[in-house]
Amino acid sequence: MREALHAEWTKLRTLASTSWLLLSTAVFTVGVSAAVVAASSYQPFGYQDTPKLSLTGIDLGQAVVSVLAVLVMSNEYSTGMIRTTLTAMPRRLVVLAAKATLLTGAAVAGGIVAVGGCLLAGRLILPSRGFTVPHGYALLSLAHDATLRAAGGSVLYLVLISLFSLGVATAIRDSATAIGVVLGLLYLFPLLAQVVTDPVWHRHLEQIGPMTAGLAIQATTDLHSLPISPWAGLGVLALWAGAALATGGILLRLRDA
Amino acid sequence: MTTGIIIAHRSEAVGHDGFAQLLRAEWTKFRTVRGWVIALGAAALVIVLLSFVSASGSRFSFCPTGPSSCTSRHPAVPTGPGGEPVTDSFMSVHQPLVGNGAVTVRVTSLSGAHTSGSPVGGGPNGTLRPTSQPVLAPWAKAGIIVERDTSQGAAYAAVMVTGAHGVRMQYDYTHDAPGLPGAVAVSSPRWLRLTRIGDIITGYDSTDGSHWSDIGTAQLRGLPSTVQIGLLVASPAYFPSGSNNGYPSMATASFDEISVRGDLPTNSWTGEAIGANAFYPVLPTASSWHRLSRNAFTITGSGDIAPRVGGSIFNGDIGGSILVGAIPGLIVLIVVATLFVTSEYRRGLIRITLTASPRRGRVLAAKAIVIGSVAFAAGLVGTALAEVIAHHVLITNGNYLLPVSGPTEARVIVGTALLLAVAAVLALALGTAFRRSAAAVVTGIVLLVLPFILVYTLPAGDSNWLMRLTPTAAFSVQGTQPSSPLVANAYTVTNGYYPLEPWAGLAVLCGYAAIALGAATWLLRRRDV
Repeated sequence: MREALHAEWTKLRTLASTSWLLLSTAVFTVGVSAAVVAASSYQPFGYQDTPKLSLTGIDLGQAVVSVLAVLVMSNEYSTGMIRTTLTAMPRRLVVLAAKATLLTGAAVAGGIVAVGGCLLAGRLILPSRGFTVPHGYALLSLAHDATLRAAGGSVLYLVLISLFSLGVATAIRDSATAIGVVLGLLYLFPLLAQVVTDPVWHRHLEQIGPMTAGLAIQATTDLHSLPISPWAGLGVLALWAGAALATGGILLRLRDA
Repeated sequence: MTTGIIIAHRSEAVGHDGFAQLLRAEWTKFRTVRGWVIALGAAALVIVLLSFVSASGSRFSFCPTGPSSCTSRHPAVPTGPGGEPVTDSFMSVHQPLVGNGAVTVRVTSLSGAHTSGSPVGGGPNGTLRPTSQPVLAPWAKAGIIVERDTSQGAAYAAVMVTGAHGVRMQYDYTHDAPGLPGAVAVSSPRWLRLTRIGDIITGYDSTDGSHWSDIGTAQLRGLPSTVQIGLLVASPAYFPSGSNNGYPSMATASFDEISVRGDLPTNSWTGEAIGANAFYPVLPTASSWHRLSRNAFTITGSGDIAPRVGGSIFNGDIGGSILVGAIPGLIVLIVVATLFVTSEYRRGLIRITLTASPRRGRVLAAKAIVIGSVAFAAGLVGTALAEVIAHHVLITNGNYLLPVSGPTEARVIVGTALLLAVAAVLALALGTAFRRSAAAVVTGIVLLVLPFILVYTLPAGDSNWLMRLTPTAAFSVQGTQPSSPLVANAYTVTNGYYPLEPWAGLAVLCGYAAIALGAATWLLRRRDV
């Protein structure tokens, strides 16, 4: 396993796209969050979940993370490198495990920067949009338990998205198709849940969708009205990621490279 | 793939470099890759399938007076004299009038409140906390009315004071004329008068009861000799800004100095909540009337007399089924369109293609035409089938669908197919510019799909710019919900209202595609392959 990790680390580290994608994850996530926060304004009638609002950029950041994760596997297939890799390391699941481990590390690193930037943007911009203490909105702070959970959970969310994407890419092998499948599964559930009016269907769709369930971790108020509790929601996403990795792993074992 | 090479080779050998040959070569490349043809079919299929799933999940459930009174079929929606669907529910205190006559009244106050209950319509946009401060809906109405009869959808003419739009004369649900501006109060009461001569109704208002001004005249064709005259109070759903939801509201008005000229066979006033418990967010217990003296009343009412509009609070279908179906179809087409060019780079075929036809701009144009056409064809088949199936399923599930004209229906279907075609061209351009499928696919999906997710999760209104400026604006082509200046509503994307006109929205996407295609052509010419 150590050799596998070292080999995969060398591949990941020496690709220019890795650092670019991680940087893009942070930049796009923070950019979208800042734009969204700057475009929102205090409304006397509604109560805004400001930590969640500040983390909106994760909706985009996850797409960049999934590209990184998909490329880790599909690049090997598009260049034919996979044959070399599997010749050098015939234990295929070890290769997959090594890739998953390194992706986790990369996603944690990128995620911490991205989430930190989002919260900072929220902390700086929200008060000027009317979300002030007199209006009942405290300054965003990680000392607040729910905000800390939302922030830490968002980093974990990005990790699970990267593992899910890796699993899908291992099963599908082609990068374009894999990204289409990943983003289709992520984005379809919230849209479907939005237009379905039957309350039972609506709730179930939000409970099983990888994005809708996973992002429950960002909620800090009105937890009882969520379709699924924050950690259970992240658990659902973990099941998706586990199922994708298992499918990918089995196919990797069974198929010729 | 090999066929493409042979054709390109042959065309050069014969000495043709015509655009038709180029188109044929690109078409051959597309149709001979089995996976792409299958994906094209899958795109059409997934549009139909997801529309079906979405429509199946939209079941109507209406509980007018509590959980025990639920029905799974929408109540009848009244239609006005012009045949259009209308809202017609209000508190009325009326009596019959035979022949010509006039009714005059003074309104001294109009106040309102909205409910303390949960918001109507539901939705994920945060929890709304109703305030205890009194809120008067902008289109709350209190005044006098002449009606053909008291059935819903009957022809009428009325003059009224409103919450925020001054005195108005309105008739037959869609017609409106302004009278005196400003709010009504004890210190500034409003006198209102309606006169009836045959089928001509004229409305007047006054600030002192002696100097009258004419607001407007309505001709109610075929008005019978006996009509209903009366007082009305209505208060439509109230929409806090930034919300997709509304609250039922009620209004209370004080009337005095009532005088009626004409033949009154009963000469006694009857209170009646018109259309109570009908298909409108009305408060069942809100309507009441108190007679204070021989010619003075206090009346509380809820509801509206207005054209019907769409949106979740009105329990109508918002046309989301086709939208949800189109999005996975769009994702499949983005992937195929990207692969149509990036696979040439991956396999080195691009060198042969560009050797065979060195005018690179024309190669890209041929590819764009081929991929645009096949995407349009798949989209047209998928959307047309989806529209028919979703419509049928929604009706079967008891949903109310606002009537949509044939041309509008055709615009939604053809417009969605065009959207898919232009999106495929955009993805092709991105693929050419990036040369890498991963970057192109993710950019295409993020540009076209992500704005929807943001619009649905952000506070209503704050995110309208996304539907104006991003390629997602093209989905405006699916908008069919009617709006009216006479009805306050959450005219938001979530409720099926797009900030841009249908074709203007599609033009935004075309602009993005044109810029991307221009950049891709420039890069393709400039770069070595």
